[in-house]
Amino acid sequence: MSHECNALVCQGTGCKSGGAEEVLSSLQKEIERLNLGKRFRVKQTGCHGFCQRGPLIVIEPEGIFYSKVSPDDVSEIVQSLLSEGKPIERLFYRDPVTNQPLPHYRDIPFYNKQQRLLLRNCGNIDPEEIDDYVSAGGYQALPKALFKMTPEQIIDEVKRSGLRGLGGAGFSAGRKWEECYRAPVQEKYVICNGDEGDPGAFQDRSVMEGTPHSILEGMSIAAYAVGAQHGYIYVRAEYPLAVKRLRRAISQAKEKGFLGKDIMGSGFDFVIELFQGAGAFVSGEATALVAAIEGRRGEPRIKPPHLAESGLWGIPTLLNNIKTFSCIPLIIERGAEWFSSIGTEKSKGTAVFALTGKVVNTGLIEVPMGITLREIIYGIGGGIPDGKAFKAVQTGGPSGGCLPASLLDMPVDFDSLKAAGSIMGSGGLVVMDQETCMVDVARYFLDFTQRESCGQCVPCRLGTRQMFDILDEITKGQGKAEDIDLLLEVSQAVSTISLCALGKTAPNPVLTTIRYFRDEYEAHIHEKQCPAGVCQMIVS
Amino acid sequence: MEEKFKEEVLRGILALYEGKRKELIPILQETQGLFGYLPKEAIRLIARFLNITEGEVYSVASFYKYFRLMPLGRNMVTVCRGTACHIKGASRVFDEISKALGLKEGETSSDLEYTLETVACIGCCSLAPCVKTNYKVHGEMTREKARELFLTSN
Repeated sequence: MSHECNALVCQGTGCKSGGAEEVLSSLQKEIERLNLGKRFRVKQTGCHGFCQRGPLIVIEPEGIFYSKVSPDDVSEIVQSLLSEGKPIERLFYRDPVTNQPLPHYRDIPFYNKQQRLLLRNCGNIDPEEIDDYVSAGGYQALPKALFKMTPEQIIDEVKRSGLRGLGGAGFSAGRKWEECYRAPVQEKYVICNGDEGDPGAFQDRSVMEGTPHSILEGMSIAAYAVGAQHGYIYVRAEYPLAVKRLRRAISQAKEKGFLGKDIMGSGFDFVIELFQGAGAFVSGEATALVAAIEGRRGEPRIKPPHLAESGLWGIPTLLNNIKTFSCIPLIIERGAEWFSSIGTEKSKGTAVFALTGKVVNTGLIEVPMGITLREIIYGIGGGIPDGKAFKAVQTGGPSGGCLPASLLDMPVDFDSLKAAGSIMGSGGLVVMDQETCMVDVARYFLDFTQRESCGQCVPCRLGTRQMFDILDEITKGQGKAEDIDLLLEVSQAVSTISLCALGKTAPNPVLTTIRYFRDEYEAHIHEKQCPAGVCQMIVS
Repeated sequence: MEEKFKEEVLRGILALYEGKRKELIPILQETQGLFGYLPKEAIRLIARFLNITEGEVYSVASFYKYFRLMPLGRNMVTVCRGTACHIKGASRVFDEISKALGLKEGETSSDLEYTLETVACIGCCSLAPCVKTNYKVHGEMTREKARELFLTSN
């Protein structure tokens, strides 16, 4: 039964904290009270992305976008849906500069400059209803893979698509799959890494909450390709809504025969279990994550052997990030040629970012690889609020770096970010303005990494602590002339000798802030001044 | 509502498991979900059930931040110190709340009403700075809002 219109009410964690649950239940009650249920459907959806403007409602089919909705607006909204009703102007989004109202979703720059592919269902479907995912075109790729393609053909398609892992390191997904496929054993595992630990990042959370079935479908296709029968999704305990939605999705997929024994009558068996993390950033590292699932301390181990050779309980295991698996159904459905037509030569497809910090429009965005930082921060982000000046943008979380204004026209892709001293990482993009102290930012990240260091290896355990102590003293006006060189020396040791990527990348915030903002360090050390006015200098 | 530790209650949880090593973390999570923390007696029982030493259980429980070996306050107040929250002034919000509750980071009030903690990121970065009270997330916190929130609850 199709309705005259659908009211899509965002129920992502961000909107919920702003009262979206009350908006949803008020709207449902009002529609029921006026007996309009046959004409208008109220649908809960995952994250629309414009979290700062929440609670959000989109009215389809016109695409009217209402922001900052409260339960008190509900009866007016319902009246506006009736034949004589007009859309409600005071709930429209307005251009922050011209104040011009933009009633339609498609006219809002925050949205129309994005390319929402792996987020295509977020904000459009009810993540708790498998039928919504199917109606939106879901579970089409899985039967194609199972019945029309061989494992070798699937792996070839993923390789040719150019998809690189979206968890941080950017390793070729197809090559990883091939390595696991080649392991000459019958039993294998597929693990999905949902341990999104970077502070400032919530992309994976939004995919888990907003379109959980795309993850399950992607994992099933991967399992079929590499020859695995058992899968795990590792979710942070700090994401209770994601856990709930994934649990429900797994159970619904099983009921419909998309998961479990003899999937869709293909003879292929694959089950997925959920594992909840217990709070350890380092456990997001692949070998550490495996240790956690095994019931041990979530500490990394030396590689090689890689997981494809020896993973969960020593068995060959394929591990990919949430977003990487979510891309798979699209690649199988539309083909490698289509996917590789998006992005740059070496970074195909799209990147999903959590755009936050000192920027007008904060939220969740998806853009083609190769877009510039300027287009993201100013075109989509709307620039810096309160007339302040842009100072830096931080990418890649605690493993990444801070990039200055001179790099605003840099394309955003794996290799360009690496050359500039940062990394793509999982997708946090934090914008900083003239009131942010870059030495304080470096100190902040080292505070994080030294807390999260598992302590196994000396360079990370002691090196991160050393760097933090030096930075702490500098921010208190107790820096010494030789501190910058000492930081660089310690950074060199930590990045070269640490056991795992947490340690190896821990110096990146220090290295980039010294590289691009050395004058701030010097002001703190020699003049005992904090140019941004943040640090409380205690000069003895 | 958390219960006082009772052996038969824990045995009820363990009855649903097989006694395999991989079950350790889910068992600890369920145990803590029921009692609010991991009592000594629970750890002893779990070690025996999984046929491992108590030391091994402590080694895992002490590694992960989620696990508590001491009881918590009835109200968990968590201030996010994620990147976006940090640059938007989370430390000032924290100071305000710390003053209002009379607690330092990680402390629980003597009447077991409040525990004050920080966390690296709760994933609501667009609404920075954020504070969580039990399961509710409060976004775009300021010092004034923090003062109001804790004055009304005190």
